[in-house]
Amino acid sequence: MEFAELIKTPRVDNVVLHRPFMSRVEGTLCLTGHHLILSSRQDSNEELWLLHSNIDSIEKRFVGTLGTVIIKCKDLRIIQLDIPGMEECLNIASSIEALSTLDSVTLMYPFFYRPMFELIEDGWNTFLPEQSFKQIESLTDEWRLSYVNKDFNVCPSYPPILAVPKSIDDDTIRKVATFRHAGRFPVLSYYHKKNGMVMMRSGQPLTGSNGRRCKEDEQLINATLRAGKRGYIIDTRSINVAQQAKARGGGFELEAHYPQWRRIHKTIERSNILQESLIKLVEACNDQSHNMDRWLSKLEASNWLTNIKEILTTACLAAQCIDREGASVLVHGTEGTDSTLQVTSLAQIILDPTSRTIRGFESLVEREWLQFGTFLGNNSFERGKLKLPQKTVSLWSWVNRPQDTERFLNPLFEANSLVIWPSVSPQSLLLWEGVFLRWNRSSKCLDEAYEEMIHIIEHNKELQSKVSTLHRQLAELETEDVQLETP
Amino acid sequence: MDHINTPKVEQVKLLDRYTNKKPAAGTLYLTATHLIYVETLADVRKETWILHHHIATVEKLPLTTTGCPLLIHCKNFRVVHFIIPRERDCQDVYVSLLKLSQPAKPEELYAFVYNPKQNEADRGVSWSTIDLKVDYQRMGLPNDYWEITDLNKSYGICSTYPSELAVPKTASKTTIVGSSKFRSRGRFPVLSYFYKENNAAICRCSQPLSGFTARCVEDEQMLQAISDANPGSPFMYVVDTRPKLNAMANRAAGKGYENEDNYSNIHFQFVGIENIHVMRNSLQKLMEVCEMKSPSMSDFLTGLENSGWLRHIKAMMDAGVFLAKAVAEEKASVLVHCSDGWDRTAQVCSLASLLLDPYYRTIRGFMVLIEKEWISMGHKFSQRCGQLEGDPKEVSPVFTQFIECLWQLMEQFPCAFQFNDRFLLEVHDHVYSCQFGNFIGNCQKEREDLKLHERTYSVWPFLLEKTMQYLNPVYRGSSAFGVLQPNTLPFNFKFWCAMYNRFDKGMHPKQSILDHMLALISQKSDGEGKVIELQNKIGGGCGALTKEANNLSDAQNSLSLSTPNIPQDCAGEPEVSLTNGTAGMKEELSSDRSREQEESKIESHNSFSNGETPVPVISKSIAQAEGVSVVSSTAADE
Repeated sequence: MEFAELIKTPRVDNVVLHRPFMSRVEGTLCLTGHHLILSSRQDSNEELWLLHSNIDSIEKRFVGTLGTVIIKCKDLRIIQLDIPGMEECLNIASSIEALSTLDSVTLMYPFFYRPMFELIEDGWNTFLPEQSFKQIESLTDEWRLSYVNKDFNVCPSYPPILAVPKSIDDDTIRKVATFRHAGRFPVLSYYHKKNGMVMMRSGQPLTGSNGRRCKEDEQLINATLRAGKRGYIIDTRSINVAQQAKARGGGFELEAHYPQWRRIHKTIERSNILQESLIKLVEACNDQSHNMDRWLSKLEASNWLTNIKEILTTACLAAQCIDREGASVLVHGTEGTDSTLQVTSLAQIILDPTSRTIRGFESLVEREWLQFGTFLGNNSFERGKLKLPQKTVSLWSWVNRPQDTERFLNPLFEANSLVIWPSVSPQSLLLWEGVFLRWNRSSKCLDEAYEEMIHIIEHNKELQSKVSTLHRQLAELETEDVQLETP
Repeated sequence: MDHINTPKVEQVKLLDRYTNKKPAAGTLYLTATHLIYVETLADVRKETWILHHHIATVEKLPLTTTGCPLLIHCKNFRVVHFIIPRERDCQDVYVSLLKLSQPAKPEELYAFVYNPKQNEADRGVSWSTIDLKVDYQRMGLPNDYWEITDLNKSYGICSTYPSELAVPKTASKTTIVGSSKFRSRGRFPVLSYFYKENNAAICRCSQPLSGFTARCVEDEQMLQAISDANPGSPFMYVVDTRPKLNAMANRAAGKGYENEDNYSNIHFQFVGIENIHVMRNSLQKLMEVCEMKSPSMSDFLTGLENSGWLRHIKAMMDAGVFLAKAVAEEKASVLVHCSDGWDRTAQVCSLASLLLDPYYRTIRGFMVLIEKEWISMGHKFSQRCGQLEGDPKEVSPVFTQFIECLWQLMEQFPCAFQFNDRFLLEVHDHVYSCQFGNFIGNCQKEREDLKLHERTYSVWPFLLEKTMQYLNPVYRGSSAFGVLQPNTLPFNFKFWCAMYNRFDKGMHPKQSILDHMLALISQKSDGEGKVIELQNKIGGGCGALTKEANNLSDAQNSLSLSTPNIPQDCAGEPEVSLTNGTAGMKEELSSDRSREQEESKIESHNSFSNGETPVPVISKSIAQAEGVSVVSSTAADE
């Protein structure tokens, strides 16, 4: 196994670990193929198990021969290791660097992870496209499943089974695919059962600078409109960016060719800009030296909340078009793999009560993100090649174990069949402290409040069931009395 | 009423602050105490009640084609924008409101006509609800070091202090009188809080009249006496809450700050809280941010930063934390002052008390704290709240800031306070409402001259009667938390939407966890009652079942023991038997009587980039009932 080559020094003694909210620990540092482990020999509790894949970046410093490695994790935690001996420190640092940036997917942890729990349900089979389509089928016959992409020839980044308008045959779809970025032709994302309106997503149309059109594309999306009704195309790029895309062969739907569609441009930043924004925000949260003005100005300059507001606003817009305007919607940006998915999945959270349940949310992630977007492997095609279902364990297998699901339940949840409209005013959108301040301050008091709340709710449930038990007993007692009195 | 020429105007439009939806049409009424707007076209009768005293500013804007706009800003951060068809009516209403919102004489304030239909005996009881003597006893006074003195009983030494004060036992009358002559407005050092765990004390006063060189033996003795009253510490802190520059500037006017060389064993410290004028301007800027139409996130955050508001809140919190640490950890006494010792000093001392003593985090204890540090020690509520016609430069949100600090603390310690944020808003409302006598006047002497105890009612029984609404469902009792040590890094301070955008309901969470939890708490007590009732029935009915009933009863006992939701401080409360709960009276203050049937607010948005016909877009404030099922917000309004 190749890991051994990457691990130059598998073990160093007398390493000191510093991490947020915990006192320093001295112990032995071990590197394995997937973990960095620190164990203090005295007390087995003081252990750190850190997945290499959780490591975002490392820095090293030296004071004499005492080296310090600072590890920034993807969960935003910052860990410091003081490692005696320059050579050991350099070895550890370069090993961590190599192990955290493996270029072969099949060397990654999921391929080595063996579940220590009983597999009750196989998450790989939890959300099959045929199953989720069954529900739509029971509501409408306007859609069908197409296997046109079963060999990933039409669109390599789409799953093999897709929902398309019934009236559109596979040949038409093949033509449409040539007119959409990376073959990502418009497919069904969500069916709003309240009024039968739909949300679709796709890649940008390849109109180019001379305004190429594709009758089949027009035909496909027009097939989703009711007679006399207009639809909305939500382009997640500003009009300028969309214009510029023409020069590179991309573009947007021209009114002349899509007269039944009204196009709306919103500005959701591209993934690299979001990444920069995240980095700035994390920096702002980690710098504890600044005063109030500097904090607010850094928070502002990170643009993180601006981006959040924009994404949420666009999702609301899509949801509103569907629910309030009674119109169908097509969402796309350039590739249809990032901002498009943010919008389509958030719009579903707003519109669809099911997606606000644990299972429904998992299904949403599976449908919108995994099949059409990113995670381990970037799409179904890649995942198929990697044989993930055979070689790795699905997250859903783990999360859906009854004892775990319990932990994720919102104690205040009550099913609500309605559309939920959020406020998107700046006053309403707060920094998510649970993520961004998680390692910067103690959450003890907030956790206590949450537990207290759960406690009250649980207690109330017990009390209510006690009341009904007593009611039952009383009723039984009364019947017995009646029986006794009437021999 | 003399001031009302036009008591009723019809066809008045009320513009919605955040959306472009069609304005409501209705009738505007002026009564002696309220401005009332009744929407005529609404399906459900919708009323908006605004207490005249809650009006901060009234502006007549330039005439438009639809009529004459009248913009009203309230002290509780409501903003209403009317359009009155006829200019003359608008002028009449405008002039009336100017007069009604800030009367010339205190006797014209609402409290002097407000009558909750109580008899005189009840009125007396209402005023004795909160007794400061009891709090001194609770702190352990009098003791070996401190005593209560009535030297100021005729307000001869200091006109803005109360008649009874706690001072070091060793401070003679000469010392006190001498010290008072060396302190601005005679406000000599007195006890604010005594930390009985270690004998350290927080004392408060005004700035010394030191100029550049002056000194005063009695004042030095006074500080020595305070120091001596805490034998456990070799020194005491003197905290000047002003920025150093301001304090230095005061020296030129013969005032200033303590010279460390003249006082033995003092550690002198500035904490840099800005003055009332800076705070007034800061709030003004914050209001402008809150009122921006469709601000971007950047606009909002930049505006928030430029207002400086959170910077001031943090400065105050830092000062409170400094005091609490000095007392609890360093065991050192602290003497606090600013210029006159009635604004920043009140803020900082009361904040420190809240951090140190769980009692002040209970509903009743909080009332005591306000009575003690604010009302009795002469925070100039009348001027700071602009209750009467007067110098607008005396108005400043000093108390609002204190309330906000408290809210920030509650955000950090959600289980440490017996009350919830609604209680804070209600208290804040009443500070401005002048419905009760408590906050009228600037000091105890003024209040006595106005005979407030005979002519008005106290707010505390009124609030205590509604205790259930103000409870914090997750409060863990006064023994669960000792000294609070808040984190004062900037990211801990949040914008308080429920205060400054309180009436923009669309901005708030659509489902209230608080309402839900309060409902559970009341369900719980119902449930417990039912269990006992059923057990009695079962037990009484048949002997065979008694044993089982007993088991159940045990289980029930253990259940109720395990959840001390209603804390003892509150459960053991003496019954307040006031009857100001008549339906009309109860609602009098709740400024919004609207049976608001929340409706969807769709805004036609004009910011689509390519100039296409705008489609309705999600408004900033989709305040729509659709999302609400767990908790109905209408319940809270009623």
